[in-house]
Amino acid sequence: MHNSQTQTVVYEQFDDRTQQHEASSLGMWIFLATEIMFFGAVLTAYTVYRNLFTTAFEVGSHLLNTKIGALNTAVLIGSSLTMALAVHAAQMGKRKLLMTFIASTMVLGGVFLYIKFVLEWLHEYHDGLAPGLHWTYAGPQSGHVAMFFVFYFILTGIHATHMIVGEGIMTVLFVMAWRGRFSKERYNPIEMFGLYWHFVDIVWIFLFPLLYLLGAHGAH
Amino acid sequence: MSEHIAPRKLYYMVFFGLLTLTLITWQVAYIDLGKWNTVVMLIIAAGKAALVGTFFMHLRWSASMVRLVVFAALFWLVIMISLTICDFSTRKNVQPWQHSAAITQPMVPGIKC
Repeated sequence: MHNSQTQTVVYEQFDDRTQQHEASSLGMWIFLATEIMFFGAVLTAYTVYRNLFTTAFEVGSHLLNTKIGALNTAVLIGSSLTMALAVHAAQMGKRKLLMTFIASTMVLGGVFLYIKFVLEWLHEYHDGLAPGLHWTYAGPQSGHVAMFFVFYFILTGIHATHMIVGEGIMTVLFVMAWRGRFSKERYNPIEMFGLYWHFVDIVWIFLFPLLYLLGAHGAH
Repeated sequence: MSEHIAPRKLYYMVFFGLLTLTLITWQVAYIDLGKWNTVVMLIIAAGKAALVGTFFMHLRWSASMVRLVVFAALFWLVIMISLTICDFSTRKNVQPWQHSAAITQPMVPGIKC
């Protein structure tokens, strides 16, 4: 990274890079702890309603396409890999590689969101599976199945919102990397964003079975 | 060693591990195991989350302070979920003097806490 100007490597409030790095990680993880509670609250409500309407939730889950869900899981895991490799490239001080991997992560994230919105949500809306907007499901326990779809749209919705925020931050990071703002000694923003992106991946790792695979075995 | 640089090969291995576990959980979901379906898929999901956390999120090389925050976050999550389940699953076990219209129906049948 020969083109980086004299950037501050260690800010004055820290003794050394290790302490600075630990402080960043700690702060980021405390933020992620609040995120765990944020998603956790909805998942707790989901648990309660799933126990109340066990059959209806399996019927609702059965209406989702597990192939698309599995494909999206693979896409998101792939984006997690490229993000981990972006952090690695930053640690090695390889600017072009860092830019390539940030761009790949953005593309894979975009593919995920395209599949989510165009191939799933739009489809579900047209099929009358959108409670409150367009609900035409007429099977048994229609109201309880609607409750499953309320959780489906809220959980995938807040997850997709996190991904859109991530895409925005990655745009900024890409420009920063392009301008040579990162170096072997200074890549904390990349690593901290990586934590966020991997967290979003972990949330999806739980959403995939809880929403898509719940009713796969049932012959309802 | 908070700024440990892991070999790239490790990331590829974790990636393939995650893909394999995704394939397993997807296919196992089609086998009817009764209540165990949920247990199996949650165990696999926890395993995948552990892989992402340990290697992609560098917890393997993190300071113990950072690990403590992760542990605390998960601990509080367990408190939230388990106490809520305890509440809903024991609403039928009330004393006669506690009866009211709101609590005569069990909210979550069949779960003992």
